[in-house]
Amino acid sequence: MPKRSDLKSILIIGAGPIVIGQACEFDYSGTQACKALREEGYRVILVNSNPATIMTDPEFADVTYIEPLTVEILEKIIAKEKPSALLPTLGGQTALNLAMDLNAAGILQKYGVEMIGAKPAAIAKGEDRQLFKEAMLKIGLDVAKSRTVKTIEEARAAAELLGAFPLIIRPSFTLGGAGGGIAYNREEFERICANGLDLSPVHEVLVEECLLGWKEFEMEVMRDHKDQCVVICSIENFDPMGVHTGDSITVAPAMTLTDKEYQAMRDASFAVIREIGVETGGSNIQFAVDPQTGRQVVIEMNPRVSRSSALASKATGFPIAKIAAKLAVGYALDELRNDITRLTPASFEPTIDYVVTKIPRFTFEKFPEADATLTSAMKSVGEAMAIGRTFKESLQKCLRSLETGARGFGGGGKHGGDERPDDNVIRSKLATPNAERIFYIRHAFMAGYTVSQIFDLTKIDPWFLHQLREIWEMEVELKKLSLASIATGLLRRAKQFGFSDAQLAHLLSSDLTAVRAHRKQAGVATTYRLVDTCAAEFEAFTPYYYSSYGDENEILPPTGKRKIMILGGGPNRIGQGIEFDYCCVHASFALRELGLESVMVNSNPETVSTDYDTSDRLYFEPLTLEDVLEIYQQEKCDGAIVQFGGQTPLNLATALKANGVNIIGTSPESIEAAEDRKLFSAILAQTGLKSPEHRTALSEAEALASAATLGYPVLVRPSFVLGGRGMFILYSEDELKAVVRQVFDVMPGKPVLIDKFLEDAIELDVDCIADGEISVIGGMLEHIEYAGVHSGDAAMVMPPHTLSPEMLTAVRAATHALAQALKVVGLMNVQFAIKGGELFVLEVNPRASRTVPFVAKAIGVPLAKLAAKVMAGKKLRELGFTREQTPKHWCVKEAVFPFVRFPGATIALSPEMRSTGEVMGLDDDLGIAFAKAQAAAKPGLPVAGNVFLSVKDADKPRAVELARQLVELGFTLCSTSGTATVLAAAGVPVVRIAKIDEGRPTAVDMIKNGQIQLILNTPGGLVPRKDENKIRQAAYAHNVCLMTTITGAMAAVNGIRALKSHQVGVRPIQSYKGNVTVV
Amino acid sequence: MSTVQPAVLALEDGTVLHGRAFGAAAIVAGECVFNTSMTGYQEILTDPSYFGQIVTMTAVQIGNYGVNAEDAEAAVPKASGFVVRELSPVVSNWRAQLPLGDWLARHGIPGISEVDTRALTKKLRVTGAMKCCLSTLPLSDAEAVARARGCRDMTGSDYVKDTTCAAPFAWRGDAPANHNAQYLPVGTTCGALSAPAKRFRVAAFDLGAKHSIWRKLVNHGFDVQVFPATATHAQVREHAPDAVFLSNGPGDPAALPYIHQTVTALLPDYPIFGICLGHQMLTHALGGTTFKLKFGHRGGNQPVKNLETGKVSITAQNHGFATDPKSLEKTGAVVTEVNLNDGTVEGLRHTRLPIFSVQYHPEAAPGPNDADPLFTDFYRLVETRKAGKI
Repeated sequence: MPKRSDLKSILIIGAGPIVIGQACEFDYSGTQACKALREEGYRVILVNSNPATIMTDPEFADVTYIEPLTVEILEKIIAKEKPSALLPTLGGQTALNLAMDLNAAGILQKYGVEMIGAKPAAIAKGEDRQLFKEAMLKIGLDVAKSRTVKTIEEARAAAELLGAFPLIIRPSFTLGGAGGGIAYNREEFERICANGLDLSPVHEVLVEECLLGWKEFEMEVMRDHKDQCVVICSIENFDPMGVHTGDSITVAPAMTLTDKEYQAMRDASFAVIREIGVETGGSNIQFAVDPQTGRQVVIEMNPRVSRSSALASKATGFPIAKIAAKLAVGYALDELRNDITRLTPASFEPTIDYVVTKIPRFTFEKFPEADATLTSAMKSVGEAMAIGRTFKESLQKCLRSLETGARGFGGGGKHGGDERPDDNVIRSKLATPNAERIFYIRHAFMAGYTVSQIFDLTKIDPWFLHQLREIWEMEVELKKLSLASIATGLLRRAKQFGFSDAQLAHLLSSDLTAVRAHRKQAGVATTYRLVDTCAAEFEAFTPYYYSSYGDENEILPPTGKRKIMILGGGPNRIGQGIEFDYCCVHASFALRELGLESVMVNSNPETVSTDYDTSDRLYFEPLTLEDVLEIYQQEKCDGAIVQFGGQTPLNLATALKANGVNIIGTSPESIEAAEDRKLFSAILAQTGLKSPEHRTALSEAEALASAATLGYPVLVRPSFVLGGRGMFILYSEDELKAVVRQVFDVMPGKPVLIDKFLEDAIELDVDCIADGEISVIGGMLEHIEYAGVHSGDAAMVMPPHTLSPEMLTAVRAATHALAQALKVVGLMNVQFAIKGGELFVLEVNPRASRTVPFVAKAIGVPLAKLAAKVMAGKKLRELGFTREQTPKHWCVKEAVFPFVRFPGATIALSPEMRSTGEVMGLDDDLGIAFAKAQAAAKPGLPVAGNVFLSVKDADKPRAVELARQLVELGFTLCSTSGTATVLAAAGVPVVRIAKIDEGRPTAVDMIKNGQIQLILNTPGGLVPRKDENKIRQAAYAHNVCLMTTITGAMAAVNGIRALKSHQVGVRPIQSYKGNVTVV
Repeated sequence: MSTVQPAVLALEDGTVLHGRAFGAAAIVAGECVFNTSMTGYQEILTDPSYFGQIVTMTAVQIGNYGVNAEDAEAAVPKASGFVVRELSPVVSNWRAQLPLGDWLARHGIPGISEVDTRALTKKLRVTGAMKCCLSTLPLSDAEAVARARGCRDMTGSDYVKDTTCAAPFAWRGDAPANHNAQYLPVGTTCGALSAPAKRFRVAAFDLGAKHSIWRKLVNHGFDVQVFPATATHAQVREHAPDAVFLSNGPGDPAALPYIHQTVTALLPDYPIFGICLGHQMLTHALGGTTFKLKFGHRGGNQPVKNLETGKVSITAQNHGFATDPKSLEKTGAVVTEVNLNDGTVEGLRHTRLPIFSVQYHPEAAPGPNDADPLFTDFYRLVETRKAGKI
């Protein structure tokens, strides 16, 4: 059957802001789906609150709503657009849950919207643990055995029935699984069960057999309406059961299953997708296998496109999301072509002749108070993927793709030197899953551990451990040699084991340049191979490459067009994420529009940039000097763009240029000048601009001395970092002493910058674009919080809402002067502070900033694309962008934080960025725009109820005014002693409640009981007091609206007032086009 | 670490690849073919259809799970040699009994690892299947190429006589050594078969059969009497079977006129099911012809469309020859299934007689089980025939 003609328009729900567990992969899948459906002539209606996505660019859907993903908003959109169908399976869990809520609320039925891809019943069966378990048992599959018990006697009986320890005890309805645990013996079992029964509000615990240490596998499956099923990819987890698959190192294809076992798992996967009833599209099914007996247990299934399916798509070349979208509208797999081979159909199973490794990227350094143990709850913020001809090659490439300072498994670099950790440390790092465990396996080898000893501690399959051992043995062998003495055969073999030149340089006591020259001379050359879905059985037409050391180089001959390389941002981390990928993708589109060829290099499988459809040539490679230079030279590129991928490519810029790479756009020298305090001061002097008084320190002592001269408060930060890593505002020497070591450790050898901190200053982010002749401001964003909150974490308003026209004129002039002085060709971001009517320059970054996609959406101009064209030699006049445009409507940006994933972490806004994503609220009314941003960031502003207030002394005068307004708006206030006294004295009615150490009920009790709807809690000091943090944690855990700055609270009150007096409307971004004032 | 022995693989076009030796110390020559399955090297090596061939796996990590007695398709490996990118130094699987290299050594089969198998595969795809020589003994490149060129051609060769059984025998369904039990992971019953109570007698021609075929027939309600390829139609009739089965096997299907004749004689009288070479034997017996494919189909991901139901199955395949669809016109047979990759014939059915066959491998091993219902179809066909309805 070809596509359905009864459907006219299709609603797609995006995944919203980037959070842990839901990252760019849903922009990748959503973008593919939009393209696929529009190609078929359907009217696509898209809703997503995340402006940093490619999918929300106006040309990807017919109508695009950047609106909060809530039932109320979706109903408005549905009422307005009347879609014939809703495709809920491409926007992650967010879209799936929202679709289920819309269905439960009767909205889909009311407006006659059909859910396609997966029906509500199927989603419910796949998502509900009990229904799923029953379904699995019904079709003859096995699940983890468990019993629900209500007494200790029943628990004993259950233990008897389940057989052997360990057993998992999960109390029902306790928050975050509190009171649960793993019992390894009867005594422990009795104790945990008794405690769990006590803690559970319904006095019930689940006793479940423990699958810890079992092998874990995933199958990516697709099904069409003809009931044709295929497996796209099998994935084996390096980390056994117990670590969330998102936090596990994973490998494709499965490595340790025989065909019989693999086929049984394949048959089981099909049985699952059929029984659950996912009619069309992709699903991910997870299995655990007992390494002793082969017993196979189904863990769970995701009845939708997932992070794993994005990985599977990149790993095989099979575009799961695109095909899923086509299947949802009625196509069968055999009616669709395989894009890569062109001649063969999509109804096949990819076979791969390489090994793919994915390694998660963590940012525990941002949450030092949180537990860094890896568990069944995901904590990683990004991932790198690498492809090699062997597991060893792909693993080492992936380790260096992570950009954590590791060069590979060993061979110098972070975690890879000759350090010998204490044996107790090794044992505990092996036994307890953690982000560095893989490196401790090497330490264990060095300490004489055997594979079987390591297996006993880690339960990592011996096959993987032996592979690591081979890498280590190679390292030992290389270490005995020098560049002069190494045989060519061994050198080649080392490269085939994935050793980078940097590792070889370290091991052979040489340097990068010498190793590279020696290698070239010896004929050990990098060859590029194709990802072709079919292991070379058919000709491939899509230039999607990875490097290896083999007999054949498959780079396609040049087309004669000018070729520009775009360096991507690598794995997502806090501070460098989807916004930069957005810019890279735009660069690619821009080059294509100019008739140039784009060569994309990136290592992040979640992204749109690593879709083989995005660029003319795609290299899935680590972003290191060696890897990038090799591609540049072999492809004979004419230039490279380094200013779009965040800090990753910028860190390579100087070295690339030194090796003959033509960096287009702003020169690496200018980029460096902006970072270098001396050069930058000269530029400020030249332009007549001011910055807060500052010093540069090369030692801790210098730092302390500088701070003393400047006077506290000071802001300290390392240079050459993104995301405010190691950045602090300090009010005293004691505070500085406590953190100074940490700051120097972020970028060892680089200076630390110390600024006089401007308190209560207004901060402004300005993005502009310059072509060497003129510069044009893209947008000015005023922070809602005072200066001192990282701009990635600050809420912002565009256009500026409190600054005078005169001040904005001064800002413009300063921006143009800086662009000219730094000879910017491309994008530039400036952060200004305004205090006492004076303008200060805080920071200038002559590169794409995190706010570029937001600004582009706000003014309807593709800034990144224009910048790429400018870098390729076009002038802004030619491109028709010569005047600043300010939106007539309000655009509010709000950040989204992962605190709920890191119990114990300090919840406060600071100069160190800790948000993972952002949302945008658009409206003609500023209050509504802010309220929308809050709703999109969750949980949204309340319009009635109780407010808990507790503010630091400095905020108390303004808190009184806020409190008065809240009372006027109908809220009841409650507060603890200090704030309550101030409010009472000012005549504001307030209910006094106990502080945490003063008795019960406390604010935390009231939050848990749902008695608090809004919390205004501003912290005093570097670290908020413990009880304050408990309140904030409770707020996060119970989805209560929390404001931690006084200005944020003021914005919230304005938002609440707007919500009480205005109707909240919805409006597509296409209709905002041209809604600007030309300056 | 054991000492590394060199090995060489030479192709008839003069290409010489060097690598590391594993398995037996030996020099072999044969047709070089590639298989794209990601799992199942043991089944591939023991599949008699690979007789006379040197197999290269496109999957790169080979030997990871060792070998075990249950997954063998013949008592001993049948391929002549094995070419891999990387051989696992260890074995990791709860069913593993022996490392791959030791097992090949025990059976005299040489292997070569550390070869750029992707480059080799592309060469075979572009040039077509080539004769080759694999040596794990000292041998000059020139000599290796000469031996590759000197080996006998696949086209026109009767390899069946080397792989068929010597004498008829009953495949004992209950014999533990035959591993007739279906493989089901511990804990699952999903996909478990229950054979029908009424059993039929099938006369099964062993042209180089995979044991999985006999196992599948047993599990689907047949008592299997195995006949050598040279068995006459009279010998078959003497057994009084309810049906006839034609197995897979190696070599050129056109070079087996004695089998064509036997099958032609049996056509009018028995329900017949053929797999792979068996399908090609039916083609010839019906008066059709076969031709050699450029590099064949070997893998577990081949999409086959059933023209009668419109449904696509992912199938396991291993063949270098195919039925010429034009040649089937006027034979009374129709093409029922085609390969979606290249449009070649994957199945046929006689329009009047209870006869059908497939080019691919419904018994899987290795590969997907999607086409398993064909064995049930065969059983139903025999049942219908016995009921006098055909």
